[in-house]
Amino acid sequence: MARIGVFVCHCGSNISATVDCEKVAEVASQFPGVAYSISYKYMCSDPGQTLVKEAIKEHKLDGVVVAACSPRMHEPTFRRATAEAGLNPYLCEMANLREHCSWVHDKTEATTNKAIDIIRTLVEKVKRNTPLFPIRVPVTKTALVIGGGVAGIQAALDIANAGNKVIMIEKDPSIGGHMSQLSETFPTLDCSQCILTPRMVEVAQNPNITLYTYAELESLDGFIGNFKAKIRLKAKSLDEKLCTGCGLCCTKCPVKKIPSEFEEKLGFRTAIYVPFPQAVPNKPVIDKNNCTYYIKGKCRVCEKVCPTGAIRFDQQDEIIEVEVGAIVVATGFQILDTDFFPEYGYGKYKDVITGMQFERLASASGPTQGEIKRPSDGQVPKKIVFIKCAGSRDPAKGIEYCSKICCMYTAKHTMLYKHKVHDGDAYVFYMDIRTAGKNYEEFSRRAIAEDGAHYIRGRVSKVYEKNGKLIVSGVDTLLNAMPVEIEADMVVLATAGVAGKGAEELAQKLHISYDQYKFFSEAHPKLKPVETNTAGIFLAGACHAPKDIPESVAMASGTAGKVACLFSNDELTREPIIAEVHRTSPPLFSTCVGCFMCQPVCPYQAIEREQIKDRSGNVIKEVAFVNPGLCQGCGTCVALCRSKSIEIHGYTNNQMLAEVVALLNV
Amino acid sequence: MKIGLYPGCSLKGGSREYKESVVAMAKAFDIHLEEIPDWNCCGATAAHNLSHELSLSLPARNLALAEQAGMEVLVVPCAACYSRLTIVQHELNEDAALKKKVVDIIEMPYKGTVKILNVIQFLQQFILEQLPAKIVKPFDYKVACYYGCLLVRPHGILKFDRPEDPQTMDEAMKLLGADAIDWAFKVECCGAGMSVARTDVVGKLSGNIIKDAVDRGAEAIIVACPMCHSNLDMRRPDINKVIGTNFEIPVIYITQAIGLALGIDEEVLGLHRHFVPVELPEKEVKTQMEEK
Repeated sequence: MARIGVFVCHCGSNISATVDCEKVAEVASQFPGVAYSISYKYMCSDPGQTLVKEAIKEHKLDGVVVAACSPRMHEPTFRRATAEAGLNPYLCEMANLREHCSWVHDKTEATTNKAIDIIRTLVEKVKRNTPLFPIRVPVTKTALVIGGGVAGIQAALDIANAGNKVIMIEKDPSIGGHMSQLSETFPTLDCSQCILTPRMVEVAQNPNITLYTYAELESLDGFIGNFKAKIRLKAKSLDEKLCTGCGLCCTKCPVKKIPSEFEEKLGFRTAIYVPFPQAVPNKPVIDKNNCTYYIKGKCRVCEKVCPTGAIRFDQQDEIIEVEVGAIVVATGFQILDTDFFPEYGYGKYKDVITGMQFERLASASGPTQGEIKRPSDGQVPKKIVFIKCAGSRDPAKGIEYCSKICCMYTAKHTMLYKHKVHDGDAYVFYMDIRTAGKNYEEFSRRAIAEDGAHYIRGRVSKVYEKNGKLIVSGVDTLLNAMPVEIEADMVVLATAGVAGKGAEELAQKLHISYDQYKFFSEAHPKLKPVETNTAGIFLAGACHAPKDIPESVAMASGTAGKVACLFSNDELTREPIIAEVHRTSPPLFSTCVGCFMCQPVCPYQAIEREQIKDRSGNVIKEVAFVNPGLCQGCGTCVALCRSKSIEIHGYTNNQMLAEVVALLNV
Repeated sequence: MKIGLYPGCSLKGGSREYKESVVAMAKAFDIHLEEIPDWNCCGATAAHNLSHELSLSLPARNLALAEQAGMEVLVVPCAACYSRLTIVQHELNEDAALKKKVVDIIEMPYKGTVKILNVIQFLQQFILEQLPAKIVKPFDYKVACYYGCLLVRPHGILKFDRPEDPQTMDEAMKLLGADAIDWAFKVECCGAGMSVARTDVVGKLSGNIIKDAVDRGAEAIIVACPMCHSNLDMRRPDINKVIGTNFEIPVIYITQAIGLALGIDEEVLGLHRHFVPVELPEKEVKTQMEEK
């Protein structure tokens, strides 16, 4: 006869307000096999847990049902308590009286009866529980950092400096990300490159970091501590070992008019190119889509001028496989496609530019050497209109969320402009000024009070060109909602920040979840802000949501801390809730008939084929085998198995049946 | 397929040439447009300012009548009528309780399945494909296509064209051989109902529209809304007075422009009914010989 203990929690008044907990405990004590039953105000508190532990010892319990909240909340707590009392932790089950009963029903007798029913099913289940033991797996103490922007750089350096190996991959020819394109940074107006480039060099020089640029993740297998990643090293058409980075090839390349991605198409680059002078690594790649040799089969000028003979036209993409224990996703963001806003004339009028393009105009290394000149004719604009929320906070056409960084960088833009063009006028159309952050509000007020930026609270309905001027037509909602028209020389759109290109595809490769905007989702919005729902995969920076530099760096360091914690263990323990295929003695060996219906439905590729052989090596039978390292215990294969040959430990068919029967045989 | 026509008040009164040209154009493509029997007012601006139920019930009755008459498609040339009918169909489809209430008021069965088309959508679905083959006289002018407010808004419900820089009329006019100019006042307010009470306001707003079109070299303004037309055409003296100009640019319904290109008689298209005379400069018709 089983000896089950039932522990009914009041959860303060969360459960007891609608469920008669004392009655529940009393009824439960009459269930066959229940040796002990009690209710208590806070079962998860220290005295509550002690109550459970004492009862296990005193009443020699061989199973525990804690009737309280969701197992997601406190199952680990009570399993730990059970183990401390000397019982296998997997003999403890949670009956969810709170989320499944008290919170969703009114105070009636039926509610109490439902609570009793829930406990009855779990008592029947626990009677059939067997002791289970955690699976131990080793940890590969190498992290894969995907993305070489400021978040990836910070995470990589922190993880490496804690004594672990890091492999960083970056899809572009250089690391640095968006931050390397910025002119000055808020709220201190220090030069972006001056603070970033030394960190980039550190990445390249750190002996613990292996850097692959021009590389992308091809596929990922495995699980926490034991991932196997395939990385595609895109052909650079270059032998990097021979290349000295002299730059002769770039100066001699005859294709010189390719709009530069780094300059946001305001400048040009060659077909063999280094994205910017401070690039890391400072070695070129050949852009095959624009190289004359790859298009027409002739040219090879770079090959002729290269003093070390490093050009390799026949180089192919290479795929390497690496083993890593943790992954940091730091793939960043991009700015919203301005096709959304034909009324602002982006793409139609050369002098309507994005905030990122303004950064390049203001940057000392930019196409104008930091002089603010408008793209159409190189004139210095005397009047610039900045339009904030171009796409953000616009559920009708753009995106619903606030892009968070634009209020600050627009304030910065007006300052940079006024510092360079003293007699210029800067107008800013805004909805709200959202500048929460250390020294942020002071900064934006300074733009208005000291640098004289004109802030107009209202939206712009359209921008059109007339007599060489951009007419910005909007409304001033603080001035009796009067329409205003400004004749501007240049217009800067604070375009919304959106998820990076290919974010959805990457999330699917990694098996991590993403939100409706394709930003990657954290495991818990408050308590697990850098973890994903997939163990061992972490987030850093703007791939999670729009973020400024300080926030990206803070998140990256947080993630690095999590990775370092993970790597501080030599072994990890995993829940033993996994599937197993039936095995028995000869001549049957297994009830599995080898149909392998389970194989294609497994989301984790955990099901393999196993051959059962006789002594002479002849194959008797081919059956399914579940790799315990890969199985996540989702149970899909169990549902599909026609001969009921697969069971999940802790959730066997018999246990489920017992629960259903307990519900029906009242 | 039975195609219905909801003319609304304008097309029976001040803008009868719009209906004349819609019908004449459709006829040229062997399309018969059948008027909804016993149709009533769409409620216009007045109803939805007075009573939500009234503003739903008036268009709903028209849609129910169209259903009864077996019409699968309903062409609504007036942009305001189109807006009201479409919004009501949307609201009733979204809210079953409201639908039941309205059905009780109109005392008629109502399903909400009639496909409502504005004149541009009608062109797209039934006319444009066969149009190039039937053109006898290309409409070879610089035109400013003026959409106004209700043809493309609210985008969430109409889901038609781009609300801020619409293109569909421009595309249709290009098919006719016109040069549809890029201009800035495509969806600007013409002054609408202020036409009666504050002609000075209409003079200024419509004046701005015409001025931009003329400044950019347009020879005609193309419209698809009776309200826009009457403000730009009938109120021309007020416009010229308020902004001190002497604009003579004609305002033509897109269906009239198509009719002209098809060689339909000007009077059948109702061009003589406009206040601003439609006097388009004769263009030399280039024969193939000359082009060579």
